Amino acid sequence: MTSPATTCPCGAEPRGKAAERPVVSADRGYVHSVESAGTVDGPGVRFILFLSGCPLRCLYCHNPDTWRMRGGRLRTVAEVLEEIEGYADFIRRARGGVTISGGEPLMQPRFLQALLEGLKARGMHTALDTSGALGHMVSDGLLNLVDLFLLDLKAGTEEEHRSLTGAPLAPMLTFARRVEGLGRPVWFRHVLVPGLTDGEDSLRAVARHIAGFTNVERVELLAFHQMATHKWQGLGRAYRLETTRPATDADVARAKAIFAEEGVRAEG
Amino acid sequence: MSILEQTKSPDLHATNPMVTRKPFVGGRWQHSMDVRDFIQHNFQPYTGDASFLAGPTERTEKLWVRLTELLQEEINRGGVLDADDKVISTITSHGPGYIVGPETEQIVGLQCEKPLKRALMPFGGIRMAMAALESFGMKLDPETEQVFKYRKTHNDGVFDVYDAEIRAARKSGIVTGLPDAYGRGRIIGDYRRVALYGVDRLIAWKKKEHDEAGSGVFDEETIRLREELAEQVRALQELKEMAASYGYDIGGPAESAREAVQWMYFGYLAAVKEQNGAAMSLGRVSTFLDIYLQRDVEAGALTEREAQELIDHLVLKLRMVRFARTTDYNELFSGDPTWVTEAIGGMGVDGRPLVTKTSFRFLHTLYNLGPAPEPNLTVLWDERLPEGFKKYCAQVSIDTSSIQYESDTLMRAQYGDDYGIACCVSGMRIGKQMQFFGARVNLAKALLYAINGGRDEKTGEQITPPFAPITASVLEYDEVMGRLDQVMDWLARTYVKALNIIHYMHDKYAYERIEMALHDKDVVRTMACGIAGLSVVADSLSAIRHAKVHVLREEKTGMAVDYRIEGEYPAFGNHDDRVDLIAVDLVKRFMDKIRGCPTYRHAVPTQSVLTITSNVVYGKKTGNTPDGRKAGEPFAPGANPMHGRDVKGAVASMKSVAKIPYEHALDGISYTFSIVPKALGRSEKERVENLCGLLDGHFGEGGHHINVNVFERETLMDAMEHPEKYPQLTVRVSGYAVNFIKLTREQQLDVINRTFHGQMG
Repeated sequence: MTSPATTCPCGAEPRGKAAERPVVSADRGYVHSVESAGTVDGPGVRFILFLSGCPLRCLYCHNPDTWRMRGGRLRTVAEVLEEIEGYADFIRRARGGVTISGGEPLMQPRFLQALLEGLKARGMHTALDTSGALGHMVSDGLLNLVDLFLLDLKAGTEEEHRSLTGAPLAPMLTFARRVEGLGRPVWFRHVLVPGLTDGEDSLRAVARHIAGFTNVERVELLAFHQMATHKWQGLGRAYRLETTRPATDADVARAKAIFAEEGVRAEG
Repeated sequence: MSILEQTKSPDLHATNPMVTRKPFVGGRWQHSMDVRDFIQHNFQPYTGDASFLAGPTERTEKLWVRLTELLQEEINRGGVLDADDKVISTITSHGPGYIVGPETEQIVGLQCEKPLKRALMPFGGIRMAMAALESFGMKLDPETEQVFKYRKTHNDGVFDVYDAEIRAARKSGIVTGLPDAYGRGRIIGDYRRVALYGVDRLIAWKKKEHDEAGSGVFDEETIRLREELAEQVRALQELKEMAASYGYDIGGPAESAREAVQWMYFGYLAAVKEQNGAAMSLGRVSTFLDIYLQRDVEAGALTEREAQELIDHLVLKLRMVRFARTTDYNELFSGDPTWVTEAIGGMGVDGRPLVTKTSFRFLHTLYNLGPAPEPNLTVLWDERLPEGFKKYCAQVSIDTSSIQYESDTLMRAQYGDDYGIACCVSGMRIGKQMQFFGARVNLAKALLYAINGGRDEKTGEQITPPFAPITASVLEYDEVMGRLDQVMDWLARTYVKALNIIHYMHDKYAYERIEMALHDKDVVRTMACGIAGLSVVADSLSAIRHAKVHVLREEKTGMAVDYRIEGEYPAFGNHDDRVDLIAVDLVKRFMDKIRGCPTYRHAVPTQSVLTITSNVVYGKKTGNTPDGRKAGEPFAPGANPMHGRDVKGAVASMKSVAKIPYEHALDGISYTFSIVPKALGRSEKERVENLCGLLDGHFGEGGHHINVNVFERETLMDAMEHPEKYPQLTVRVSGYAVNFIKLTREQQLDVINRTFHGQMG
């Protein structure tokens, strides 16, 4: 399962030291943080586990502090599952579940698999928040442990996708097709960044991809916000969107209308 | 404003020969005093949604417009519209008063002859009453002042007995907010009895009790009881007289819905005419009243719009309850609160939900009249409540931030299914139980006393009996805990001693005769103690145990004045037993110490973990603490984790709080939760569902109480700068709700800085 260190498995050129190799351990992995009351990443009130490490370098990333895998804390599967177990009753009453997010959770496929197995053994609803860029790293067996996929479709064309994330679009779409083939539901998400991802053509391209899937449960248009600025500054990284304005309700409404024209009903 | 449909004349009295009302289902309630039995036999649970509710009538809008003008004028005049400087308020002291007139007001009755005028209630303490008047720029009439040359007040009595220890503890602020100069409150009359039985029957019952009390030996207890019962009879007679001044004969039971609401309200009004208690709860009236409303609806005598109108007009009156308070009092309990707490919903012990259409109607007043802090609407939550009701509650919370939730699951096991909430979080059986309100002690200060040998960290004064201070440069857990335990022993003793004195004197000089007339003869009394600063102390002890806490001492005095923490420690609010169990231990430990103290009138000792807004004042009076909190910084409110230390999100925070054992804090455990709307979910529907989920989760874990605030931080900041734009902005703070713009600036900042749960997708 190891891959050469020179290029990212997703095809992206590693940008400096930040992009790291996937980790292969099944009993330990890097966890960035947890949120015990997630309400926007899947149905109900959810426990969100943010794994660290991400192969993408999205210009608008709101969690750049999760890029470096070793920026997280090394924790065992047992430890993490025990922590989540402590919330099991609450989660059940709140009709929620567990969402594994990041970072890019597929960066740590064996850790992820062990976590998902543990969660399913406990009867929890599982959601996986991923770009799908590292889809080739994981087996169908792993995907079948996921009750809901939250797929972030960042751009609709190869060119835009590359300039936005540093990685090609094709692997994402391939992954999405695989999920469809397995009959698993998907929530597609697209972040609206004024002047960057919200051009009419760009939006149409994204919507057309989504319209081609049969397993879409929901489409969400997420308004770009500037609340991560301090994170970029704190990390000493160059943040190219410093002067970009946050997306407004009007931007979302406009994008919704464009999606609707392409036959995609989106929520803002 | 909506176009309103014309309403019929509301004058649908029992005497109206056209109306045939179904007789009530009989039962034990007919021959003995048993309101619960009446409810159980006659109420109809409602399991539907909110779609039946009606908007305000023209009369309601007219009244509300006038009242809004008056409220604005009150704000413009610095918070007080008018106050009585001469007439000592009793049940019958003031003639009838109206907002606009009895044709418009379907429910009548004001504390004074004019709306929003503050009555003079000096028996808690004449000095307090005079100071209150002076703070309004008025002066007590010399003739009235003369009365108190001959007549002692509660406050005088208390200070005759206080000893040096109590005075020192009071002065240093380790014990604060004691009701020794004002009305203690927190007693809930069963105002429903007035409607169900009529006053004549209540008088007859009380007279009989008086006749029978102490047929054998007349010991001190019997003599006191007989005098109290005589006072109760007198108060009931005055209640009848007061109602008569409004043109109502309330000697007999109420027949129509309108009468039921009016009779019940007269009972409550009599209480707030005579007692300026710290908290004057209404009890649990909505489902009781629903029986009458439903009966009239079924008889064709009342439309939904008219039913809502009656509740709107009742609530409108409850929003007008006012007391004369001093500046000091407001600093402690800010925003002019009266705690007209109404408990709504809950489950019956037989498994039927006690939710009725009138439970909805009460909540709906927050739309018809807009959001408001009073009455303090409190939903008694249980996972099994009807979905439609749960969702409506969540919707109202999201839209108005005006309601609080308490665990019916926990309290039903303790008090059955006919209890109410006194003040913020104190459950008690209606008409069968009362409490001796005891404010709270500052546990964080107790910790600092433990380190400094009982000397106050601010003044250097010796407050406890002297003992050896800790001299080590790094604090050691067992040593600190050992000293803290000793200080807690002393504190509990001093505190309960003060409370015994206070309640002895309050019974003697400011007895709540009308409220107690609406209780059984033999009531259960609790001695309701309380603690503040729980999370500060738990975190401090956690830091001492799990990190290294260096002590910085003042050279001259050797007093520990600051602390330096080396390393990290688990903080309360992250669902981490390493610290959560310290908090649990503290609560149980102090409760056990209170249990060891003898109490006045054999009151059952209880405690609360509740601060109201006093967490700000407590913080101001407390030096640096070993958790890293700086001198003067506010404590967290109630049982909340300290600001910003709960880093794992709201559920982890709730789980920590829910570990605090209710059995050792039966007077209530307050938790305040603020969230920005977007963090509750993306769509309106999801927000409602997620809030229901959070409530089910919190109470399922054993949580006792939760205040829910849903708003943007920016709204509050704007309201600080432009209060005129937000006359109705309501926020929930520990155990009650306030008009945000009526808070002091410090308290406003505290609310804004408090942990906002705002995770973004």
